[in-house]
Amino acid sequence: MTTLVLPQPRVPFWLVVGSAVVAWIVAWFVAAPLAAWFAFDLLGLEPGTHIGEAVAFFLYDVPKVLLLLLGIVTVVTLIRGFFPPEKVRGTLAGRGELAGTVGAAGLGIVTPFCSCSAVPLFIGFVEAGVPLGVTFAFLISSPMVNEVALVLLWGLFGPSIALVYMAAGLTVAIVGGFVIGRLHMERYVEDYVWALQGTGGSSIEMKLTPEDRVRDAWSYTKDLVRRILPYILAGIGIGAFIHGFVPTELVVAIGGPGNPLAVPFVVLLAIPLYSNAAGTIPIVQALLGKGMAVGTTLAFMMAMTAISLPEFIILKKVIKTPLIAAFATIVTIGILVIGYLFNFLIY
Amino acid sequence: MKTIEVLGPGCNNCKRLEANAREAVTMAGVDAEVIKVIDYARIMSYGIMSTPGLVIDGKVVSYGRVPSAGDIAAWLSEA
Repeated sequence: MTTLVLPQPRVPFWLVVGSAVVAWIVAWFVAAPLAAWFAFDLLGLEPGTHIGEAVAFFLYDVPKVLLLLLGIVTVVTLIRGFFPPEKVRGTLAGRGELAGTVGAAGLGIVTPFCSCSAVPLFIGFVEAGVPLGVTFAFLISSPMVNEVALVLLWGLFGPSIALVYMAAGLTVAIVGGFVIGRLHMERYVEDYVWALQGTGGSSIEMKLTPEDRVRDAWSYTKDLVRRILPYILAGIGIGAFIHGFVPTELVVAIGGPGNPLAVPFVVLLAIPLYSNAAGTIPIVQALLGKGMAVGTTLAFMMAMTAISLPEFIILKKVIKTPLIAAFATIVTIGILVIGYLFNFLIY
Repeated sequence: MKTIEVLGPGCNNCKRLEANAREAVTMAGVDAEVIKVIDYARIMSYGIMSTPGLVIDGKVVSYGRVPSAGDIAAWLSEA
């Protein structure tokens, strides 16, 4: 016989959530004046000097990025909890090709995904009769339109860039899924995946209270922020250096709309940076402020989240090389087209 | 003797779940063995797609989330 004694410090749940929300809002509004006061009054740096601007950028960006991550990732995770892939695949299985592909790209935004779930997800979709093209639309959109990237883009660049990024990501996912569907590459799926059909599928319904959901979202967010914090700090540090010291002319010459090779260059640069998207965004923010072209910036962000070598390697377990190559090629071409298109339209 | 299976290829969430499961065993004071399941075919055979999944004595109790040690301890003493 066991007696279970759980430590339960019972502060009412709504009180905890309420105070957290209030604390977040207060912190959001005091961050900028506090950073300026600290850099220019307390440290006595001059506004407009290299070092003054760099330090103020750093001091303001750190709390801002942290608050954005903690606040919005918690909310997004909470919303995502209502769209588990187990439910989503049922919605996608019965659709036609067009509706399925568009739906999969859209659901990719709200459905939680980490690259280690790629294999079970892939098998689960195929098993439920979701067509290959639709499955790939989901596999492209889910990591690319990711919450951390979206949140930081929104907070640091404003809603228009964040929405453009999302629209571009959805377009690549829909077109990519459609093309893969057309190529009829079913023979490049490992045979055992087809053999697994019909073995699973009995998804178990979990009953979660609102409190469970909020606790889950918060513990996920805390863990995520703790893991990416060093990269973010390093990214903001480099961003601050660029903001204060790197001359605008240099950035314009390399990353500006006048350099036709900038788009493929940043896409290549982005590949090894996978999973450090969060740390890279403050650097990109500083570069954009110094005259890097918008299309080039978008291509860089998309390549960083969508072209993931670890994910391709993991997917090797379920699909054969030609299909992985097609997947990688289509995504890369899509990103290049988006980059050039935006540079062309804006400048 | 209870069997706790942690389903997942070994990403960060799977490791957190395994740690919580071990803590829960101590918390609940039950005799239980924690096993990691990394084979995809076996993970899929439980009918889940989102990892990590948690199975107590062959029954799926959660998937796609990392329940707290307290929650797992409660399930252990119920089961």
